[in-house]
Amino acid sequence: MFGAGGGTSSYQEMEETDLIVMWGSNAREAHPIFFHHVLKGINNGARMFAVDPRRTSSAQWADVWLGIDVGSDIALSNAVAREIIHSDLHHRDFIEHATAGFEAYAESVEPYTLERGQEITGVPAAAIRQLAHEYATAATAQLCWTLGITEHHNATDNVLALINLALLAGHVGRYGSGLVPVRGQNNVQGGGDMGALPNRLPGFQSVADPDLRGKFERVWGSAIPEKPGKHISLMHEAMDEGELRALYVIGENPLQSEADAKQMERRLKGLDFMVVQDIFLTATAELADVVLPAAGWGEVEGTFTSSERRVQRVRKAVEPPGEASDDIELLSLVAREMGHDWPTPSAEQAWDEMRSLSPLHGGMSYPRLEGAGGLQWPCPTEDHPGTLFLHGRLWEDETGPKAPFFAVEWVPPVDELDDDYPIRLTTGRRLDSYNTGVQSGRYPSPRRIHGVIDLSPEDGARLGVADGDEVRVSSRRGAIEAPVRIDRSLRPGLAFMAVHFPDDTDVNQLTIDSWDPKSGTAEFKATAVRIEALVAG
Amino acid sequence: MDIRALLDRPTADERDAVDAVLGEPASAWEGGAFSPLDGHVAYGGHATRARRHLLLPALHAVQDAVGSVSRGALGYISERLTVPPAEAYGVASFYALISTMPRAETLIHVCDDIVCMQYGAGELMAAVEHALGPPGATGQLSWAPSPCLGQCDRAPAALSHAAGRGYANHAPAAADSLSGVEFDELPIGLIRQDPSQLRLLRHIGVVDPTSLDDYIDTGGYADLRRAIDMGRESVLAALDASGLRGRGGAAFPIGLKWRGVAEARGDEKYVIANGDESEPGTFKDRILMEGDPFAVVEAMTIAGFATGAGKGFIYVRGEYPVAERRLRHAIDLAGEAGLLGDDVAGAGFGFELEVRRGAGAYICGEETALFASIEGLRGEPRQKPPFPVESGVFGKPTSINNIETLVAVLAVLEMGADAFAAIGTERSKGPKLFCISGAVSFPGLYEVPFGTSLRELITMAGGIRDGGEVGAVLVGGAAGSFVDRSNLDMQLTFEGAAEARTGLGSGAIIVFDDATDFAPVLRRIAQFFRDESCGQCVPCRIGTVRQEEALARITADRMLGGMSDERERLDDLARVMTDASICGLGQTASSAVQSAIRLRLRGAPW
Repeated sequence: MFGAGGGTSSYQEMEETDLIVMWGSNAREAHPIFFHHVLKGINNGARMFAVDPRRTSSAQWADVWLGIDVGSDIALSNAVAREIIHSDLHHRDFIEHATAGFEAYAESVEPYTLERGQEITGVPAAAIRQLAHEYATAATAQLCWTLGITEHHNATDNVLALINLALLAGHVGRYGSGLVPVRGQNNVQGGGDMGALPNRLPGFQSVADPDLRGKFERVWGSAIPEKPGKHISLMHEAMDEGELRALYVIGENPLQSEADAKQMERRLKGLDFMVVQDIFLTATAELADVVLPAAGWGEVEGTFTSSERRVQRVRKAVEPPGEASDDIELLSLVAREMGHDWPTPSAEQAWDEMRSLSPLHGGMSYPRLEGAGGLQWPCPTEDHPGTLFLHGRLWEDETGPKAPFFAVEWVPPVDELDDDYPIRLTTGRRLDSYNTGVQSGRYPSPRRIHGVIDLSPEDGARLGVADGDEVRVSSRRGAIEAPVRIDRSLRPGLAFMAVHFPDDTDVNQLTIDSWDPKSGTAEFKATAVRIEALVAG
Repeated sequence: MDIRALLDRPTADERDAVDAVLGEPASAWEGGAFSPLDGHVAYGGHATRARRHLLLPALHAVQDAVGSVSRGALGYISERLTVPPAEAYGVASFYALISTMPRAETLIHVCDDIVCMQYGAGELMAAVEHALGPPGATGQLSWAPSPCLGQCDRAPAALSHAAGRGYANHAPAAADSLSGVEFDELPIGLIRQDPSQLRLLRHIGVVDPTSLDDYIDTGGYADLRRAIDMGRESVLAALDASGLRGRGGAAFPIGLKWRGVAEARGDEKYVIANGDESEPGTFKDRILMEGDPFAVVEAMTIAGFATGAGKGFIYVRGEYPVAERRLRHAIDLAGEAGLLGDDVAGAGFGFELEVRRGAGAYICGEETALFASIEGLRGEPRQKPPFPVESGVFGKPTSINNIETLVAVLAVLEMGADAFAAIGTERSKGPKLFCISGAVSFPGLYEVPFGTSLRELITMAGGIRDGGEVGAVLVGGAAGSFVDRSNLDMQLTFEGAAEARTGLGSGAIIVFDDATDFAPVLRRIAQFFRDESCGQCVPCRIGTVRQEEALARITADRMLGGMSDERERLDDLARVMTDASICGLGQTASSAVQSAIRLRLRGAPW
């Protein structure tokens, strides 16, 4: 945010802050390591608010759980903002000093009274008011979110709505206060940092900037296209239009992880050529023309970067099995086969080249990473200690560019509820499993809840179904059958499925691939469904 | 947290019992009826977890109402307090008086400890078993053996618990009176000394323990007034000058302790009266709490004033129902009279007092275990430091004092520090209570100046009954050490006891005559420690079991190797437990056995 894609805060700050808001995040299950830091914070006295349609195991730790209707996040945050402004609790000095666009923003949230907030979100006005007052008056506060915010057709607006709150209360850029999008995989942050984004070079440097491109071109010895690449949803469109004919998939299982799986299968099968590079023979790999066996954790040298922007060394403990090789070697081999004279650099050589180009990582030599137990970017020079929290500049005399407010409006989820599809189905993760189960499904877990659809006790009673009974779940795109699990964390009209079991209960047969034009993320979190009990026969 | 709720539901009676302690559930999330708002908001977190200390009271409430704690009741309590059911079960099953299995509607706990066994407890149990069958049956009425019930002055003892009616003591207990359990309160233990000559016991049997007026008419609450007039600093100075040291066993100077809390940082501080008197052979605090409850309340109020603590707990042993009732009543009356509350006696300070009931766990007499018990955790001791004056109950500065110590504070204020310090010896000052039980003619509670000899005390208690001779005396209860006839002239002081290689401990003096076979006595003591070890630290958890096994082998003549091998094993265990246990329980679990060996008592493994 404000130009760099990373959480502003350190884990240590989670442990010492006064207030933690977990918004659209069941970190207790989906980000358990991060949540340990949250728990330390709670144990140290931090108060916690949870904003989530479900009263998840994370929300059960909260002082107040706000059970919003799916996709009403912007209405809630705008109502919180209006209440803060009307109660004169906004941080006038900070707003004046470091932000831009407050007046227009204040005007945009004006229609979002507590009453309207309650009407749209379902959350009682008193609870919205409490969140507003406690967030605005806390000495320090962390606002954390994950896919409950970003897996919507208006994901970027959702994120902006939260950033607005932090600017309004002055909860960013100082120790203990920040904005934290928690990362899922151990190295999701590192992937983005390295430029695995369509419009960014390593270190979040813009592809559109000719000077930056030139810097990379001089070292890489080849021209970089000035046009940004496509994010995944644009790739889907390009596949549909026949423009994109070949795909190189590294460490992903899009056949099962993308919304509207039927469409995805058609797209992948329609390609001329697909390469999958993975440590497992995934369902996507089964469709590939070429499968390159990659090396896994413990079999490679390199770095991982955590949600607190901490780059840490990872070391090779064993040789990769069979023909598997690490990704650097595989990519170099492919390049050589394509006729380029690429050597296979060591992980450290590749890293040193990268940090010579990325100011964020400039000072992070391997010896330093090893000695310090990891460093947090930005760390531009060898004598820079790394950065505990981002955007401290906003509190300094010279703020640099002002942090802008963005007025955003609430719009409902695309997949509307009606009489035919009256139940809101949302998706998520469980503690024992990871994404499509490629990695986690291969071993048994005593905690595993297999492919089921979770229903509220009230809906279960209405349908006359109990735990284990089979139901048919239909959306406007497809239908699947699944056993029922009654879950008290759900209210009537709200159902939940985990994404981990595409082979038996493939929830993405149901989900909608409407996607956010700014981030390219699909609306996994809001599907309209109909549920029918299957008569035993 | 991270609750995986039990599916079992509570019965209406169980639910009512829990709600009586915790209040009606505020939402479906706490077990109330579902309302649409519950689907959109829930409150919990710190506020709910802060009620964890109500876990044991809620368990008691269910147990009192229906006789045991079912899975449904446990699940409901867990849900209300956001405690994982497994953890709540860990707490419930920690306590001997809480039953997590169905049990008889009325259960009689019959004492089979070392004093009662001298008074026919063996015959009593045989008769009870003949009438009721083997222990632990379900149905209307059953029984179970129990460690010391603190009624050694009128052994043999029993304690009954009836669903819906609560606890009642029976002492001396007879088999025929137990089958139709009566719930009349027993008279307070008889004091054989002239009350006018006593400082600590002078109200016992003289002042009506249920009447605040009677207490005030006989000079009660003059000490609180005195303390308020003196001011906090002068009270602390007087306690320093008096030389008063704690009477619970550790003999810590009370002035130092109170000053520690008074000077500790923070506004939230606590004072606790430790009435979890569970040391076998000890009953002094019971008699004080039953016979002079207002004195305990008054002394606690002074403790609050002097330390700056706004809240006090009196933790009463679960086996002492009369003491609990009298203290609750006394607190109610004191509150109504403005002697507790926001503005105590119009003196501008606030003090709240609450009674907490133990549930059958010797270890909870250990101060840090007692904190854990109040907090709703298993009663497991904590490492010290930090000491309670910095981090006690709820992690806040806490002064925890024995009941006798608190009553002695009143004596200091009334007599003046100098007069108090003039009683006793140079290093052990003031009057002291001793509980003499066992083979004496008149077992009971005696108040003597520090420095009285063991022989004099036995003489006061009428000497050895039936004209026998002293065989040995166990000083300090099960955690103490034996002394033999050669030490009868030992001075009953902290220093005199140390000289005789024992400790005064809780003031229990258990006398055995010269016909005693000590083998079953040692075995019972070893069994006691095995049962009462909280299991937290290895030396004690394993050591107490191994000690008892060795004694059992010796008794059964099935020794591993010879006597010297078993002795060596016992010595090793003793050293490990003494050196490496976290708390006093493990550190003293071998002392009686070791002293019996050293003194070559009859039946001891020497």
